[in-house]
Amino acid sequence: MNININNNTGDSDILLKVENLETYYGKIAALNGISFEVKKGQIVTLLGSNGAGKSTTLKTLSGIISPSAGKVIFCGEDITNKPAHEIVKRGLVQLPEGRRIFKDLTVIENLELGAYTLKDKNMRKRLLNKVFERFPILAQRSKQQGGTLSGGEQQMLAIGRGLMLEPKLLLMDEPSMGIAPLIVRDITNIVKSLHDDGTTILLVEQNAKMALGLADYGYVLETGNIVLEGKSADLRSNEKVVKAYLGG
Amino acid sequence: MSLSEVALQQLINGLILGSFYALIALGYSMVYGIIKLLNFAHGDIYMTGAFACLSVFGVLSVIIPGPGGIICSIIAAMIIAGILGYLAQRFAYRPLLGAPRLSLLITAIGVSLVIYNFIMVITNGKASYFESGLDNSAGVHIGDIKITYIQIVLIAVSALLMIGLTLFIGQTMTGKAMRAIALDQDTCRLMGINVNKIIGITFIIGSALAAIAGGLACVYYGNVQYSMGYTMGIKAFTSAVIGGIGSIPGAMLGGLLLGLLEAVGTQFLTYLGLSGSAWKDVFAFGILILILILKPNGLLGKSEIERM
Repeated sequence: MNININNNTGDSDILLKVENLETYYGKIAALNGISFEVKKGQIVTLLGSNGAGKSTTLKTLSGIISPSAGKVIFCGEDITNKPAHEIVKRGLVQLPEGRRIFKDLTVIENLELGAYTLKDKNMRKRLLNKVFERFPILAQRSKQQGGTLSGGEQQMLAIGRGLMLEPKLLLMDEPSMGIAPLIVRDITNIVKSLHDDGTTILLVEQNAKMALGLADYGYVLETGNIVLEGKSADLRSNEKVVKAYLGG
Repeated sequence: MSLSEVALQQLINGLILGSFYALIALGYSMVYGIIKLLNFAHGDIYMTGAFACLSVFGVLSVIIPGPGGIICSIIAAMIIAGILGYLAQRFAYRPLLGAPRLSLLITAIGVSLVIYNFIMVITNGKASYFESGLDNSAGVHIGDIKITYIQIVLIAVSALLMIGLTLFIGQTMTGKAMRAIALDQDTCRLMGINVNKIIGITFIIGSALAAIAGGLACVYYGNVQYSMGYTMGIKAFTSAVIGGIGSIPGAMLGGLLLGLLEAVGTQFLTYLGLSGSAWKDVFAFGILILILILKPNGLLGKSEIERM
């Protein structure tokens, strides 16, 4: 055991390690054995166009889809074939694409369900207050049905609901999608402030400009393969990235 | 009897009938809401609940006769029906959740036939009589209107169950999870909700409610037969659709409405010189079709079209 600890010290700041992950939809490969890692305290972005496999990657990480091969190591533990509700309990939390709030449920019910795995009522209450502090507008609208909120407010609710799970790693699937350009700046600021508070983030975006502006490190996904990786600054000046994703 | 007294008497009869429909409709609606399955085996779960109550009371009444024994027998029936509902869900429906809806529906019909025929064979297709030992005619008179104690208990029990269920669905985390799963299963998984477990709980609660209706039918009607779940199942299903399938208050409203329509319709048609009991279904379902034409999603149902 002691030997293992020594061996692992070099990797201790790695929160998520993905090794040769393969996912199929029927007979069609959506991910062809991708590998990447996220270090503690980083914002890492996964770029790619529609159908590149970004959402599939996140769904596989969260256990919504089972991979056919490969490994997902989170906090040193192999979580590859664990059911989704078990993965969430370990602090790997996904904010799904399109916000996916429960429209018929009230704002407060949406948030409470975020903390579903917590059996301690007081703890739930404390987390709820923290979310309300961060997003005062949600406190104002707590009794309203989620579906009556504006797009930006719904995104805050989705983020707040994710924070109720006290994530160690937050997977964000296209938080800027379907949001008015002005509000995208708000979302960017929220991601920044989450990061400042110590949350590690894996950000999936089509909006490469926003993503590379936020991230420390990036991977570029094309038809189920990682074709490029590097520091955000390097990717921003990479000719291929500029051409394909930054509209240069 | 004056006309208003007749109307009141029919109102009581309608409430009783409606309570049965509502208790069973709740199971239909809860299951439909959460996995979009029309569980056609639900009427047979009600019938099984009635037989379970009858069998347990047959043994138990020697030790605990009267209401105490009946209550214990109904609780036993709830447990038996709950297990049956869970098993149907676990082994027949869950493996098909990813399959086309039609496969799931056919499976439900299959489960219904299995239960129906199983009970038919072990009871030799004969009706049994539930000897409650209670005086079914004892009650209170208000003018010419008569309400039996059993009717009072039946309405009270149904009302309490509906209030209890409403609180459970509205206030508890499990209830909130049920409503959330009805809206979006994958997102629920991402929230750490064990979706399969909550679906299982939904089946258990729905089946237990049907078993209570079965137990109450034992006491109220006395006759217990393998085919009793068929008509009751269809009527309860209708109630759920009228109320807006998937909606819990809708199932309650739909059940009570159908019961009242049948009771009042019987009386009304008799006044017209028709055979009320023969024509009551024509009358009740005629009105229900009218309601559906005006409100295709049911009285409290939500339109499937949503703003994105």
